Amino acid sequence: MIKVYTSSVIDAPADAVWAQVRDFNALPKWTPFVAESRIEGNLAADKIGCVRNFRLKDGGVIREQLLTLSDYDYQCSYSILESPMGVTNYVATLKLTPVTDGNRTFAEWWAEFDCEPAKESELARNIGQGVFQAGFDSLKVLLRR
Amino acid sequence: MIRVTRSAVIDAPIARVWEVLRDFNSHWAWHPAVGESKIENGEAPDQVGCVRNFFLKDGNHIREQLLALSDRDYVSTYCILDATLPMKHYVATVQLKHVTDGDRTFWHWQSTFDVPRGREQEFEALVGKGVYEGGFEGLRTFLRRGAVAAPAPVRSPASQLAQVVVATAFGGPDVLRYESVAVMAPGPNEVRIRQTAVGVNYIDVYVRKGLYRMIQPPAAIGMEAAGVVLDVGDGVAHLLAGDRVAYACPPPGAYATARTMPADQVVVLPDDVSDETAAAVMLKGMTAECLLHRTHRVRPGQALLVHAAAGGVGLLLCQWAKALGAKVIGTVSSEDKARLARENGCEFPLVTRDYRFAREVKNLTQGRGADVIYDGLGREAAAENLEALAFTGHWVSYGQASGPLDALPDLGAKSGTLSRPVLFHYTAERALLQEIAWNVFKALRSQTIRVELRHRYPLAAAAEAHRELEARRTTGSVVLLA
Repeated sequence: MIKVYTSSVIDAPADAVWAQVRDFNALPKWTPFVAESRIEGNLAADKIGCVRNFRLKDGGVIREQLLTLSDYDYQCSYSILESPMGVTNYVATLKLTPVTDGNRTFAEWWAEFDCEPAKESELARNIGQGVFQAGFDSLKVLLRR
Repeated sequence: MIRVTRSAVIDAPIARVWEVLRDFNSHWAWHPAVGESKIENGEAPDQVGCVRNFFLKDGNHIREQLLALSDRDYVSTYCILDATLPMKHYVATVQLKHVTDGDRTFWHWQSTFDVPRGREQEFEALVGKGVYEGGFEGLRTFLRRGAVAAPAPVRSPASQLAQVVVATAFGGPDVLRYESVAVMAPGPNEVRIRQTAVGVNYIDVYVRKGLYRMIQPPAAIGMEAAGVVLDVGDGVAHLLAGDRVAYACPPPGAYATARTMPADQVVVLPDDVSDETAAAVMLKGMTAECLLHRTHRVRPGQALLVHAAAGGVGLLLCQWAKALGAKVIGTVSSEDKARLARENGCEFPLVTRDYRFAREVKNLTQGRGADVIYDGLGREAAAENLEALAFTGHWVSYGQASGPLDALPDLGAKSGTLSRPVLFHYTAERALLQEIAWNVFKALRSQTIRVELRHRYPLAAAAEAHRELEARRTTGSVVLLA
């Protein structure tokens, strides 16, 4: 089991950041790497158990299932059902915490998963930097004050 | 029930922030609202269950107990036991998290508690602003202290020249030579320091003579110095370039204008301790701290015999022991030194140049003898020390200026205890080193101990400084300026 952890500070109130990321179908709106997304089975995007089916800009298709969503804790988690990444038992959590000093947001995004040992470091880098940090960087730009 | 939450981002690696916050008694050093503080019953400040007993600078008095500590999760939880403030059921948690983006630290501080009805807002502000937000700013300042001139993250040159005092052989002061030596860039877990003041200690004489086989000549000597961090190697989290720092530890090599050394024994200096003071007090002050609080825990009313009471460690022992309420008897080699010892808390300085003192010690203690003997003399004073020791007394042999003790003294004659403390064993763990060093800085701040620096020499005159020290012509601390 590998754990990847990435965290950042976004210069916007937690409510504003949460408004962007709580929508499980909104990846194309705030990440730089998702081309299009839909929720399967016509479920609401904040219905626990719903599946988002999205296509990356590089063509890969990923299906992820919403496992938890907490407006109280600003936190959601999800698992990967299918992907071209070669990971199994992948569960990720995105969590926001208000930074009262400056009314900013501490954002954490982490994942645990299994994969072939030879691919561990490459996957850890791609997920930690290419997905999580890239997502934070684009939120920083989107929510710039 | 009120809940108060404050959080902030500290621009420092999490290990550096946690090193400070995990110490339950560090708050006096960084929190602007906290005054005098101590851990009750001499417990370690990372002992779960320990109680910190402190005053706020506004005069309020608080006792807080550490309930949980996790180095894995960077969490510390504590509660108020008693306070002169009307707060009940106060439980607070400090949690740090790593901000991977920029290697910074997120600090979350939260508490719940009850106050009298109608005073909720007042206490929300007191705790949230006064304690938590004030604490964030205080810790930022604390971590920045001395780092004003921090050079930009430009790497210093790989190696640079320094002036170093080298023992070219084992022997007298004449074996010391002043030479140029290349100082390498720091490797993993190392730090390179530009040194400004170097402490001279008797151990340097032992090393130079070869009594303590800590070097193989030609090699630099010296155990203690202060200066500014030039750069750090990989894996060093508690120091930054530009930090004012000091140390007192092996390996020898402190007599230098710059050096590269293991980082774990280097501590950051508070603003109110100058480089000269630090170089004068790190080794001797930490020695005194350990001798009086750890080797033996001195209690009020105990009779102490402090040899070389006007020497570097001796003066500090006298000052600190007096503040602890002990009765301090000292030995010195001249009337001038007796006067100096008396001014520094030694109630009964005995002038002797032939190691005869037992009879007078007994006279001064109604025949009982000394409860504790702090012995830096060794062989020549051994018989008199045994004679001067009270029944069940504690003989602390921490130096051997007149030669090593030949054999184990006949402790059975007194049911005595003999200790042979070596400072570097007490400070081997970083957390303890930090605690001991901070206790010294705290004692300086409260003027429990004072450093009177009468002997300053240029680094190049190290041999002369050794001659004076060995001729017993110095009092207090001797410092070389680099």
